[in-house]
Amino acid sequence: MTSRAHMAEIFMRGLYPLLLIASVVILFRGHNAPGGGFIGGLMAVAASASYALVFNATNALNRLPCAPVRLAGIGILLALLSGVPAISQGLPYLTHPWWTINLFQVELAASTVMLFDLGVYLAVWGTIGGSCLLLIHSIEGEA
Amino acid sequence: MILAVAPLLVPLATALLCTVSYGSPRLQSRFSIAGALALLITAIILVIEVSSNHVVSLTAGNWPLPYGIEVVVDRLGVALTLIAALMLTISLLWQNSDADPAPTSGFFHPLIHGLVAGSCAAFITADLFNLYVWFEVALICALGLLAQGGGLKHFDATLKYFVLNLVGTLLLLAAIALTYAATGHLNFANLRLAVQQVDPAVMLPITGLLLIAFLVKAAAFPFFAWLPASYHTLPAPSLAVFSALLSKIGICALVRMLSGTFHPPSYLLMTLLAGIALLSMVIGVLGAAYHWDIRRILAFHSISQVGYMLLAIALSSRQGDAATIFFAVHHSLVKAGLFLCGALIFCMAGHYDLRRIGGLYAARPFLSVIFLLFALSLVGIPPLTGFWGKYLIIRECLIQGQYLWAGVALSVGGLTFYSMLKIWKEAFWKPHPDATWSPTKEKKLAPAYAGICTLLFVVLWLGLYPEPLLVFVNDAAMTIRGGIP
Repeated sequence: MTSRAHMAEIFMRGLYPLLLIASVVILFRGHNAPGGGFIGGLMAVAASASYALVFNATNALNRLPCAPVRLAGIGILLALLSGVPAISQGLPYLTHPWWTINLFQVELAASTVMLFDLGVYLAVWGTIGGSCLLLIHSIEGEA
Repeated sequence: MILAVAPLLVPLATALLCTVSYGSPRLQSRFSIAGALALLITAIILVIEVSSNHVVSLTAGNWPLPYGIEVVVDRLGVALTLIAALMLTISLLWQNSDADPAPTSGFFHPLIHGLVAGSCAAFITADLFNLYVWFEVALICALGLLAQGGGLKHFDATLKYFVLNLVGTLLLLAAIALTYAATGHLNFANLRLAVQQVDPAVMLPITGLLLIAFLVKAAAFPFFAWLPASYHTLPAPSLAVFSALLSKIGICALVRMLSGTFHPPSYLLMTLLAGIALLSMVIGVLGAAYHWDIRRILAFHSISQVGYMLLAIALSSRQGDAATIFFAVHHSLVKAGLFLCGALIFCMAGHYDLRRIGGLYAARPFLSVIFLLFALSLVGIPPLTGFWGKYLIIRECLIQGQYLWAGVALSVGGLTFYSMLKIWKEAFWKPHPDATWSPTKEKKLAPAYAGICTLLFVVLWLGLYPEPLLVFVNDAAMTIRGGIP
């Protein structure tokens, strides 16, 4: 790469974690408000894609938690597993029981749905993010 | 009961474990074979369960019907699931041999398990939209397997397969939307009741559209172009699973729709379906007579065999449905066996083109006998499975007074015999065109022979002792029509 955009690079270093944190917030607020695993996952894809545009696709790929195909696999596996706890309670597969967790005097509602959503998040990040990075990588040589 | 979703969860989880472990081939193939065996055991347990308990069902997520997505494993679903598990196991066994295995790119195992997951789920789902979803899962995995070859002809096959199936998919989606608009239901059991309340004039075009969509998926005339355009580019293990499962998804859905949910079907549609069935039978077998590539010949025969199954559906009776299911079981086993024979011929003689090979009868008599038994079963020579399948269909045609249909079915059998004789004569009987040829020195073929002999054993057993299967398909047909055997 001949010309580097220093301003954008410095900006991006801060923006990348910020976008990921925002995507996780969106992932978890999804149950009672607009958001959820799919949209959160898309935001994570946006983070990866913009990182790839400023640096390059290989760098963005290295910043993913693991290889995209594996990320997607783990995600869907997590979603499949989230339906299993219901069986031990005698409920049909994919029924999502809710509990309240008392964390530092704060009542938090927790459910296996969150595991499912996290799975969707990872699957979206893996598949769409992976495809995006592959596309960006394929046009990098032409520029 | 969790067992009801096991035919879908086991291969799906295996596909994902294979995806996660794609970096280490050893671990991946262990996951893969363990998953296939687990599916086989699950299918056998389900067969026992369903034979005594009628159906096993589950509504995912405990949502109340008609909103929840229901999975109902009945006899038809479980029979096809068992075949899927058997074919998957044989295919993975075959992958360890040197007879035309799939390229080892790390994606073969996830994709083939994904294909089986999509097919099995389509066999057992009791929700029209969910059926569409699993159709898509199977389609995407099939595309992946087709594209795996990486050559120009693989790209060509993938593109044709994709475009033609996409048309079917869009028609299916439109038909499902119209069904929902007209009845307000997608669950099969609720749909069955709701359809009775709707004006038949409204239901006729919707059912027609649904019929066309499933005919595309089943590779019937005139929508079959995707099948012969793609099958001849596949390696043997994928081909065995493709030929055993893909057209069966369409057939299974058609039986469920026309005999179960949208019952009674209109006379007009059934006559139309019979016409399509007869044309598929004739065009398929004529296409096969024209070709010289073993895989193309067998692919065209699949279209002709789909015609038989459609004809049995068009008979629109319980005996007709039973004949369809019997024929589907027979066709899955025998056609996969023939494709695998073709791969062995390719491995010995070095070519799929019949004009460039020969002399295998003298060199490999055992393989010749295996091929002959499968071929005669496809033709319908007693006492092999093909005979019982065709006997059930033709008998029901004659009982209903459809002498023309019976006549066409019989003569297509004769033409099938011609094609099988052609392969026999060219590949086995005539001397090899190259006088210096000798069969390829033994490579690693034991897993391949083990797989094909298992298949042959099942075919022979079902042919010589068809009684349990005949009773089973009869009960299956009764279950589909809402009765309790």
